[in-house]
Amino acid sequence: MNILARARCKACWFSAGVLVLIVASFWSLDLKWGEFLAPDAMRKMARFMASFFPPETSPAFLAKTWSALLETLAMSALGTLLAAILGLLLALPAAKVHAGDPARTKPLARLLLNALRSVPELVWAALLLIAAGLGPFPGTLALALHTAGVLGRLFAESIENAAPGPAHALRVRGVGELRVFLYATLPQIWPQVISYTLYRWENNIRAAAVLGVVGAGGLGQMLSFHLALFQMNETSTVLIGMVLLVVAVDALSFLSRRLLNR
Amino acid sequence: MQHLCLSRLSARHPAARNGVLAIDGVNLEVAHGEVVAVIGPSGAGKTTLLQAIACALRPVAGELTIQGRRPWSVSRRAQHRMRGRLFLAPQVPPLPPRQRVVTAVLAGRLPGQSFWASLRSLFYPREIALARDALARFDMADKLFERVDRLSGGERQRVALARALVAQADLILVDEPLSALDPTRAQQAIASLVSAARESGATLITTLHQVEVARAGFERIVALRNGQVLFDAPVAEVSDEMLRELYAEHEDELGTSLEGVAPFVPSGPMPIEVDRPMTCR
Amino acid sequence: MQLHTVQTSVHATASTALPTAPLRDPAAPGRLGLLLLCIVVLWPLMVWAEFKPWLLFDERSMRATGRFLSDFVPPRHDAEFLRLMLAETWRTVAIATVGLTLAFVVAVPLALLSTARLSISALTGRMAAGPYVLRQATRWVAIVLRSVPELVWALIFVRVVGLGPTSGVIAIGIAYGGMLGKVYAEILESGDPSTTQALLRNGAGRLQAFLFGTLPQCSTELVSYTVYRWECAIRSSVVLGFVGAGGLGQQLDNASKMFAGAEASSILLIFMLLVGLADRLSAWLRKELG
Repeated sequence: MNILARARCKACWFSAGVLVLIVASFWSLDLKWGEFLAPDAMRKMARFMASFFPPETSPAFLAKTWSALLETLAMSALGTLLAAILGLLLALPAAKVHAGDPARTKPLARLLLNALRSVPELVWAALLLIAAGLGPFPGTLALALHTAGVLGRLFAESIENAAPGPAHALRVRGVGELRVFLYATLPQIWPQVISYTLYRWENNIRAAAVLGVVGAGGLGQMLSFHLALFQMNETSTVLIGMVLLVVAVDALSFLSRRLLNR
Repeated sequence: MQHLCLSRLSARHPAARNGVLAIDGVNLEVAHGEVVAVIGPSGAGKTTLLQAIACALRPVAGELTIQGRRPWSVSRRAQHRMRGRLFLAPQVPPLPPRQRVVTAVLAGRLPGQSFWASLRSLFYPREIALARDALARFDMADKLFERVDRLSGGERQRVALARALVAQADLILVDEPLSALDPTRAQQAIASLVSAARESGATLITTLHQVEVARAGFERIVALRNGQVLFDAPVAEVSDEMLRELYAEHEDELGTSLEGVAPFVPSGPMPIEVDRPMTCR
Repeated sequence: MQLHTVQTSVHATASTALPTAPLRDPAAPGRLGLLLLCIVVLWPLMVWAEFKPWLLFDERSMRATGRFLSDFVPPRHDAEFLRLMLAETWRTVAIATVGLTLAFVVAVPLALLSTARLSISALTGRMAAGPYVLRQATRWVAIVLRSVPELVWALIFVRVVGLGPTSGVIAIGIAYGGMLGKVYAEILESGDPSTTQALLRNGAGRLQAFLFGTLPQCSTELVSYTVYRWECAIRSSVVLGFVGAGGLGQQLDNASKMFAGAEASSILLIFMLLVGLADRLSAWLRKELG
């Protein structure tokens, strides 16, 4: 009876806390509901929505959209690949490799990985513009840095969860840690490395599509450009391109993962 | 100078934090090139003994001397070099499932290889012929490029033994190499292992459950019981009486290969298992 | 180097049984082919992404980076700035919370409409065509909603409602509504169907079957995922600040555009603290309720 009462109490406290947070949030923001729900706001919305059709389909514009699409695709693919390599490099120092490992580098490496992944890709891109200029290059680097933090942590956990037997047998003979990793641990975690990397590519294609908003090239840059000029037809073409790209990459990643884990 | 000298060595099981000692006050001397079988019931401390000799765990008390030097008293670098000269084959074959047999066997060459040679070998294995010949001694040459997870339990054990053969070690420690092999294969494996050790002059210490195999293939038998050496004698001097005393209260592990009428009927299943595939094809 | 005595002995015994011709690794051609394929694919990728790492080290960019980074330490910490940042931090959290509430309102009908668990026609064999089409269509609505990044939604709605938190809230509401809707439906379908089916068979309405059959089973997982998404919404909220939704993101955008290193580093630290706190809180909540 006591446990039930405590549990109900917990749920009550949680719900109360959530309610307070929601009410406080609504109250403190100056949300323009009036603008949104007034009758002529609806008409404005409808007109706005209608202006998206038809999408701009002139061959010249389609060619531009296509090359922006390729730019976005390349940003996401290259960024994810770099992130996987960087993530693997950081995962070893960030893992307690065996039961007796003092793991002196673990706290620092984990801190670095956390810092990398807590900063969103867009923020990285905005900061990297200073060093790398405009265009897809800072976008690629931004994706690489953020995703390296995510993948590095996942890889470190995989390393710690791998079966210790093969590594122990090599370590007993005095083989150095890097070779132990290459010959005993990496073969075990390889399917997970591939799987996590492909899964992050799905996420990164969405991120890459919008990085252009801060100037990092690709479809995002086109989108923000045409939206700023209220060129809705061009905007809707770019949006369709984005959705198609995302769906295509999702499918490719899903198929690759299925193929590699047969 | 003896190759190996244990003096009142005591050690705990690696998983045990504090508590019962797995081996307690063990004295043992092994000369260069000797071939020794260590037998005893389950829980006698055989695995811990091998791990202690292999410097895989630090002894709680006593002295370990290998080729006149104490691995726990010398510098890191010297200990490192000593490690390269020994080889430990654990009970469970330490093979990464998705690795190919050729790479798994050639991993035995790592201590003597430079880093870049090892790296190159990951992409294209060097010394393939060496791996093949080692596997051939265990009748596994045709599985050279198979993946480890496509092999049965017994096949994996034989691959682990083939690694011992390419390892360039002068002290070979093998823990229960026959648990997944049927009797014929077991005899074959032990014969290959012992003859390879003899050819290279390496010292071989094997723990075994199969007492009859120990008697047939080894020149010296060390018996462990409750972490202490019960007897240590040349195989000719080991009598059925001594074995029964060793396995008192563990009669089901002894088997029925003693000469004459066996006074104990095994109560449970025999510890020797037949080759069983580990994956569903 | 020791003599390879084992090597020679191993060779000697085996040489009579097998030919000593050098063996080739059968996987080698495949690997080489894969390597070539990677290069062939990688090259155009690098060209399209304008991947020129040496640009990072040219004189102009190094000077700009150096100046910006040197301003990072010490981060700006005067009281007025910190007060402003506290207000902006709360704003970021508020946008995330309101946005997620809106997303919840969108997701619940999406999930209920698309889950096969509440299908009455499926009780007796295959689902009827009409309901099936409806369910698939709802699923696809959720997928489309979540496929468009929230930043894009925000950009669009800024055109309608102007700058400010409203566009951010709507963007999070729509994008996360799709995410929550899809995952809620998956969670609902992952449990044991028998309780719900029993209620439906005995004539209970769909909503009743949901409330008394499916929901009790899945409630912890649903709450857990929602809390996790709240944490993600805070990050999204910062990102949306870059397109005018206000909060920490907008402050950071301003700081970086003005090359104000001290403000930027201060905001980054505050942001990392916020994310860390939200992460801890979310993990603790999920543990307590799970």
